[in-house]
Amino acid sequence: MLANPAINPHKWVENYADYLYAYALGRLNDEEQARDLVQEVFLAALERADRFEGKSSERTWLTAILKNKIIDIYRKKSSGLTTIGIANAEQEPDFFWEDGHWHEEHWPKEFGVEDNDPLHHKEFNQVLQKCMQKLPPLWLAVFTMKHIDEQPTPAICTELKVSDSNFWVIIHRTKLNLRACLQKTWI
Amino acid sequence: MGPLKKIVYNCKQATFLIEKKLIGRLTFRETIELRIHLYGCSVCRIFGKQSQLINTMVQQFFRSTDNPSVRLDDDFKQELQHRIEEELNKN
Repeated sequence: MLANPAINPHKWVENYADYLYAYALGRLNDEEQARDLVQEVFLAALERADRFEGKSSERTWLTAILKNKIIDIYRKKSSGLTTIGIANAEQEPDFFWEDGHWHEEHWPKEFGVEDNDPLHHKEFNQVLQKCMQKLPPLWLAVFTMKHIDEQPTPAICTELKVSDSNFWVIIHRTKLNLRACLQKTWI
Repeated sequence: MGPLKKIVYNCKQATFLIEKKLIGRLTFRETIELRIHLYGCSVCRIFGKQSQLINTMVQQFFRSTDNPSVRLDDDFKQELQHRIEEELNKN
């Protein structure tokens, strides 16, 4: 039996399973994989339970284990896409002419939700999620690590093995595609 | 074309600078360039506004710990807890 009083695995599923699942799903876009990961996290945590010192909360500790597992998956997915990970995105439209002007059909147009509190706009949120799911895995990884986890850029580049210049290309193209998808789906 | 003229007419570069500004820092020169571009380009102004909006929405969504739309089903959870109890009893 477990001797560490700082943790209570009998309550883990009840307290953290949904949270960890949502966390994984948002970053991987794969329900089955996200489910497997939740299970893996709990089992891994049990194995190293004696090393948990209770300095952080149980949830923070479990989330840290999950984060590492997600990064492992990112790495596996992105290996082979050494240059830039554009391979999956060949259908990606060309937004600009050679001189840098927008192609007219890709001009950003107002969504029409900008002014009436879109943060609480449920449908719009759902469209956004769907559009994120269309991103190539490496792009989604870069995007979530930067915008959601707010990790320092050099750390992301090291973890995902992308160069600094490729990082910026990915950040730019991800947003161009995400925004275009929103416009196309929403308007 | 002079460097200033280049950015004034270059939406690709301007949208790049918008992204760079959102997560990092622009050089003084880039700040000026972007400002001049946006002054004359309403399309990129829309892009900038929406890009910021997307960031805010994504952050808000992912950070809300209680996200009722994403849940594991109860059967799976029950099985999972069962599995944990088994592991606990092993030792």
